[in-house]
Amino acid sequence: MMQKMYDWVDERLNITPMWRDLADHEVPEHVNPAHHFSAFVYCFGGLTFFITVIQILSGMFLSMYYVPDIMNAYESVKYLQTEVAFGVIVRGMHHWGASLVIVMMFLHTLRVFFTGSYKKPRELNWVVGMLIFFVMLGLGFTGYLLPWDQTAYFATVVGVQIAESVPIIGPYLKYLLTGGDIFGALTLARFFAIHVFFLPAALLGLLAAHFIMIRVQGVSGPL
Amino acid sequence: MSKKEISRRTFLNYALMGTGGFLAAGMITPMVRMAIDPILKPKASGSEVAVGSVDDFGPEPKKVDFKINVVDGWHKAESTNVAWVRKLEDGSILALSPICKHLGCTVNFNDPSGKPNEYFCPCHEGRYAINGEVILNTPPTASLDMYKVTVKEGKVFLGEKEKNPRGGVKG
Ligand code: HEM
Ligand code: FES
Repeated sequence: MMQKMYDWVDERLNITPMWRDLADHEVPEHVNPAHHFSAFVYCFGGLTFFITVIQILSGMFLSMYYVPDIMNAYESVKYLQTEVAFGVIVRGMHHWGASLVIVMMFLHTLRVFFTGSYKKPRELNWVVGMLIFFVMLGLGFTGYLLPWDQTAYFATVVGVQIAESVPIIGPYLKYLLTGGDIFGALTLARFFAIHVFFLPAALLGLLAAHFIMIRVQGVSGPL
Repeated sequence: MSKKEISRRTFLNYALMGTGGFLAAGMITPMVRMAIDPILKPKASGSEVAVGSVDDFGPEPKKVDFKINVVDGWHKAESTNVAWVRKLEDGSILALSPICKHLGCTVNFNDPSGKPNEYFCPCHEGRYAINGEVILNTPPTASLDMYKVTVKEGKVFLGEKEKNPRGGVKG
């Protein structure tokens, strides 16, 4: 059945070369943990991506119950966490995943740094990697406000004041982030929009660029 | 007995698909279970609301508004329900829901645009007889739902909606 359906599509669209290109791509010996166990450090990039996928999926499902409104945000999180079956698990995946993705990204960056993989011709991918890093920090910062509890609120007050301390543009930055004079309804609404639309879109674009460059340039050579 | 050999390629394929499937299932199961929770949750049984005493009602359907508590996720609110209540020939109480069984508009008794002694739906001219029986060859496919009626110490209490067992009538 499956084979027949596959053949039917393949006959018309010739899809075999597309995945064959990936499947037949040889993994060099020096990045294969089966050859040298220490090569597991090359897994951190993939693990970062794996957790990013978990973040995106769990975030999509959380937003089925979450509402970004100051009267209801906390209540909706409490509801999904206490009344909805497995809600506590899905929120847990997103909550712990948010920290774990930073850890994985950090380990991946260490690997790139100590193997010197940022050197010519891969400078651009280091730059894209740094952009991904800042987008991730932005996701963590904006997401943290969403439960709208005491920790969330005051962590964001402090975070925005740090932004305000930037010379010259600081006050504008603060106003842009809060969306008004106080930390309130407007702040929560824009943090939500940034968290679920703007930054994930930027992240996907950057990840695509990151992976295409890796494919074009190949993994950097052995030490 | 000869053992069937499996090739290295097949074995690796299975191992890979098994591991991948396990990882994917571990990720997806909680999320899907969370998403479909509303259809698996047991329905909260509604409370019964007093709408008057038995003597308030006669053979002529009377419209009553009554408040019910609605639990909508984290949001709790009062909402108003409507019932058309009448006393049947045997003295029992019939309380009909005015929600049309065609596509859910609100019906009205003795509506100026309808016929006398009938419920009339303004949306597609659905009609029902006095006990909610759908008039055949009008759009609705079932008779008007009824509220569960309990009479305690002369007072009428309305509960959940139930199907009206009365069939359609010619009109
Ligand atoms: C790599 C990407 C992401 C990171 C690092 C991240 C981080 C966070 C953090 C730290 C929180 C606060 C969680 C808590 O304190 O319990 C949060 C909440 C939330 N995130 Fe994300 N997030 C990411 C992607 C997404 C995406 C793609 C969506 C939706 C499409 C999303 C939707 C939400 C929602 C609805 C909440 C509020 C629910 C809650 O607080 O449990 N997130 N996120
Ligand atoms: S909704 Fe009442 S007749 Fe169509």
